[in-house]
Amino acid sequence: MRILESGMGELLQPIDLDEFREWNREKKAHGLVDKRMTEQEAISRFVFDGCYIGTELYGTVRAPMSLAREVVRQGKKDLRVAGQGVLELDLWLGAHLVKTLDITYIGLEVYGTSNCLRREVESGRVEKVVEWSNGGITWRFKATAMGVPFIPVRSMLGTDTLRYSAAKVAECPFTGMKVCLIPALILDVGLIHVHRADRYGNAQIEGISGFAFELARASKRLIISAEEIVDTEEIRRYPERTIIPYYLVDAVVHAPFGSYPGEMVYMYERDEEAIREWVEASKTEEGTQAYLNKYIYGVANHQEYLELVGWERLERVKAAVEGR
Amino acid sequence: MSAPNYNPTELMICLAARQIPDGVTAFIGTGIPMLAASLAQKMHAPNLIPVFEFGGTGAILKRLPRAVGEGRTFYRGLVASGICDTMETAARGFIDYGFLGGAQIDPYGNLNSTIIGPRHHPPKVRLPGSGGANDVGSLCWRTIIIIRHDKLRFVPKVDFITTPGYLTGPGAREAAGLPPGTGPYRVVSTLALLDFDEETKRMRLLATNPGVTVEQVIENTGFELIIPPNVGQNEPPTEEELRILREEVDPERFYI
Repeated sequence: MRILESGMGELLQPIDLDEFREWNREKKAHGLVDKRMTEQEAISRFVFDGCYIGTELYGTVRAPMSLAREVVRQGKKDLRVAGQGVLELDLWLGAHLVKTLDITYIGLEVYGTSNCLRREVESGRVEKVVEWSNGGITWRFKATAMGVPFIPVRSMLGTDTLRYSAAKVAECPFTGMKVCLIPALILDVGLIHVHRADRYGNAQIEGISGFAFELARASKRLIISAEEIVDTEEIRRYPERTIIPYYLVDAVVHAPFGSYPGEMVYMYERDEEAIREWVEASKTEEGTQAYLNKYIYGVANHQEYLELVGWERLERVKAAVEGR
Repeated sequence: MSAPNYNPTELMICLAARQIPDGVTAFIGTGIPMLAASLAQKMHAPNLIPVFEFGGTGAILKRLPRAVGEGRTFYRGLVASGICDTMETAARGFIDYGFLGGAQIDPYGNLNSTIIGPRHHPPKVRLPGSGGANDVGSLCWRTIIIIRHDKLRFVPKVDFITTPGYLTGPGAREAAGLPPGTGPYRVVSTLALLDFDEETKRMRLLATNPGVTVEQVIENTGFELIIPPNVGQNEPPTEEELRILREEVDPERFYI
């Protein structure tokens, strides 16, 4: 295949699919094993300094916030991050934990650009930034999920997004058309929050599935947090809803309100006031550190965090849910 | 003439909404596009099928989504799938329109939402990045760009091409490998409605907004616009549009 152009961005994670196969054979339980544990245990066992990590879905929506906060609490540093995020990645950036970024979008959506991203990237504290589109990065997970080193797509062509990515442009050997080759991305650790899972990690999601399917299949270690831990009989009754099968999963964390202050569709609404509190705090370095002190370092775990937020408030976001 | 009873954001939303016909599929991003799609659905396009990149297709936009993945993006929707499905649907030619924004736009409709300044890293100003914009700009049939109109935004050359417009001119998209027949269709700005000349692929003034002169548009554009002999005038928002926008689309006043 003739390569016509190569992005200048670095591959921040090697593509070793045979090693990935060996890993999946040796390091993952192929049988049913009870994987329930706390946020503390899951993060300390599977997230390590310098690891390549990704989260799903997207900041204020079904985001693994209790896991993201625990990463900050444990001060896991030099993280290499697949950057499609809002609040969760903002916390890591704000806590100076991110060393390199494969970025697609990090921002605050309706509240504009991320001040933490600006401070960390403009100062050079984030050392490397490699550009992708949302489709691009998801197709990277998909390539890994397929067990292949790249996928040809028709996005990113002709742009600086491609020039500053690690993608390549090639001539298709079948049709002669130009295609963008998207390299596989194998995550050391993936974090996903779901509506329900059983003790083995069989996980089900309500509503849109974002890129959970692909990210789960592209992760060497996968930590699932779930609003509800259900009996396996419940999973067996609706097996078609299992989007993440047990064998992909290394840890199952019971995390009610795990996406708070973001939303969990059909369960609770996002807490606008709480999100605004972060938006305001994150505008300055001091404000950011004060916020992290109050909501992360100042509480021992997710349970204490929820108590700090207050049950009245949590009941309110639950009552505000819009339903089907 | 009395001062208009609407603000520039409301005007852009109304103008953008009027560009969307009924019975089409449209990729909707965060921000003003959501309001425009919602307004269009409540006005003239009840059969507009909004597609949100993280998987929501065919939602009834009863209330304004504040995030591209949130519950309101598939409220009473037809499909709740995932990002691969929506992007691949666009790649197969099923998505008619896509909405885009950005910090900078050039004469060919190329958009920048990545960095400001000459250097990629570390940059002078870091913006959020492409998100789904590059995919939308690459794969939808027609894109509609919504952007404030001033010389900082309408520049001869963007600092970074995040999302492809017509790149360097006629034939450039196809030469880059992008699907033929795609590209920017309209630019809705605070001052005017613009399109792209068929031959040169450069931006052309179609109509000025209420109270705005052609000269003002030229003065606020950092490059030479094509000015046809007959420039139209956009109608101001109607009372009905404003009422629906304020009372039904964005009662929480996130944007307007």
